[in-house]
Amino acid sequence: MEKNLQMLLGDEALALGAINAGLSGMYAYPGTPSTEITEFIQSHPVARQRHIHSHWSSNEKTAMEEALGMSFCGKRAMVAMKHVGMNVCADPFVNSAMTGANGGLIVVAADDPSMHSSQNEQDSRFYADFAFIPALEPSNQQEAYDMASYAFILSEKFETPVMMRLVTRLSHSRAVVKTDTVPESEKDLTYPRSTAQWVLMPGNSRKRYPVVLKQYETLAEASENSPFNSFTDGPDHSMGIIASGIAYNYLMENYPDGCPYPVVKISQYPLPVNMLKKLYDSCDKILVLEEGQPVIEQKMRGLLDTTGKILGRFTGRVPRTGELNPDNVRAALGLPPLPVNAPSQVVMPRPPALCQGCSHRDVYHALNEVMDGYPAPKVFGDIGCYTLGWLAPFTAIDAVVDMGASITMAKGAADAGQHPSVAVIGDSTFTHSGMTGLLDAVNENSPITVIISDNLTTGMTGGQDSQGTGKLEDICLGLGVKEEHLKTIDALPKNHQEIVNLIKTEVEYPGTSVIIIRRECIQTARRHAKMK
Amino acid sequence: MKTNIILAGVGGQGILSIATVLGAAALSEKLYFKQAEVHGMSQRGGDVQSNLRISDTPIASDLIPQGAADLIISLEPMEALRYVSYLSPTGWIVTSTVPFKNIPDYPEQVVLDSELGTYSRVVAFDMDAVAKEVATQRSANMVLLGAAAPHTGISPEKIEAAITTIFSPKGQAIVDANIAAFRAGLTHSK
Repeated sequence: MEKNLQMLLGDEALALGAINAGLSGMYAYPGTPSTEITEFIQSHPVARQRHIHSHWSSNEKTAMEEALGMSFCGKRAMVAMKHVGMNVCADPFVNSAMTGANGGLIVVAADDPSMHSSQNEQDSRFYADFAFIPALEPSNQQEAYDMASYAFILSEKFETPVMMRLVTRLSHSRAVVKTDTVPESEKDLTYPRSTAQWVLMPGNSRKRYPVVLKQYETLAEASENSPFNSFTDGPDHSMGIIASGIAYNYLMENYPDGCPYPVVKISQYPLPVNMLKKLYDSCDKILVLEEGQPVIEQKMRGLLDTTGKILGRFTGRVPRTGELNPDNVRAALGLPPLPVNAPSQVVMPRPPALCQGCSHRDVYHALNEVMDGYPAPKVFGDIGCYTLGWLAPFTAIDAVVDMGASITMAKGAADAGQHPSVAVIGDSTFTHSGMTGLLDAVNENSPITVIISDNLTTGMTGGQDSQGTGKLEDICLGLGVKEEHLKTIDALPKNHQEIVNLIKTEVEYPGTSVIIIRRECIQTARRHAKMK
Repeated sequence: MKTNIILAGVGGQGILSIATVLGAAALSEKLYFKQAEVHGMSQRGGDVQSNLRISDTPIASDLIPQGAADLIISLEPMEALRYVSYLSPTGWIVTSTVPFKNIPDYPEQVVLDSELGTYSRVVAFDMDAVAKEVATQRSANMVLLGAAAPHTGISPEKIEAAITTIFSPKGQAIVDANIAAFRAGLTHSK
């Protein structure tokens, strides 16, 4: 069949694979490194012509549930998020194993080992195994493309959602991909055979659970025959290697003429036990190379293994934290390092910073001026560009945990007697997970000041539409914030004194107040100016 | 052929358009190509780099091993030096000498010059000035690409064709400016 050659990011390859496999709905909240999947679909001509759903969702939980609803109706759906988004959608994700899928359902979790743009390096493969959901882990952009269609078929055959686990170095790396010239048709509207399965009442779930467990065993058998898993024998059995996902590339980079050791390549889970046992039984040592946390290594080792036969992140053979690269894999293989220049002694770190002219700067300048008047002010920050307010010259925030935690932590601190207790949250983060926490505060009239730094976009991930734009005042009032303690002002240097005064007044108010400080992100403003 | 290139600069400088042009050239030559880049928080005025690999045989790793880069291309002198441990003993450094100072402890010019001077294969000049001479300062990245072109493994003609392909949606004037900048850079190459 005729194929196109296209230069695609891993994210884009998966997105195009899904479109060409008859995708009907893409659901997501932006998050590095997953954002480009949805952006690609939003701008793709086939997706536009077919009206494939690709509007951003408010958060990962709503996205997952919307995708599940589309799957219920028999159509192929995909939901994408960064790894910590899995925490947000854990409830529907884990329970989707119980309902199963009708139309093919792919859950994309893009992990960020080395934390390039994240607060932790949790490994989404744990979630898949925990929920008894099969996972695919492409090792290159071509597999990311090919696996979309494969995953939909797997999902429909076994009537289960399928996780697609990506990592930063695949999501954000471009390569030439062979793609299909003609997209498959979308699926027709059809309903699940068993409705009881989709109603997770205890009585139904108790019947369904053993079926899910039994099916997970069948899925392990499917992994033995997966075109993406393989056992390749080698002449030297002093060591056997398990390499999953992109770890396989770093292995092969070090053996351009072929690996001398037997290798099991893993790109489909649950793990193919027989394939791994064959390797284990025929080799003296086993080296486990996997991007992220030692998921396979832990399974291989079990709790009581004392043989020392299995080498990996737990044994220090591979670094315990951070992403893999050709160099640390080379060291793990016991190969001598290449000759390298000593690192420069004169190069200084250049940390990221808020853009010059960024509206968050106006917020922090004013906030700091007010907070300087108190002996022990506490400011709870949130996830977004404004997290950079922790760094000099602002050093304005005391805690950042997860999406929405600024408001709820400020409330908890106020409950403990803290004053001032201030939350700083962006507009998109507020509608993602801040609204429910604000309701908690309003219901107790907690003495906190919530600053919504509204830059009218989802800035950190590149300026995607924000779900709350134009609605923030109504949302706050609707949640019960008193009108006289809901203030709005433009984030402009000329308004500095007025912003200071507003914050000062509201911090002294012994109840819940919200100050919306608003000016468009200068990056998106620039883009909007160009488009005009 | 196999060329490993590290592209370096500061977030917002526009190094990724160099990767886009080389990618288009590689695609039209039916070469294998991989390019790892950084998105998200690290883009906000911090140091950014991209690993770019071009080859006539399949490429395994998206990342370049230490000591294996044939070329460091940088729009900023300190950023060029950040990646010297990746440079192979026979590799080239091609960098603009124009500093981007957005940190308080940016090193003195003489310190940077003397460290660059310890490498034997270096092309370093004021690319903003050359860009302004033939086009506008915004074309400095194409001056840089021109200066690095002989070490990419792709002929300058093919790269020019790719520049035309990439920039033509923006109009002939932009194409001409970028080609002029590329050619001016090429005259400074070694």
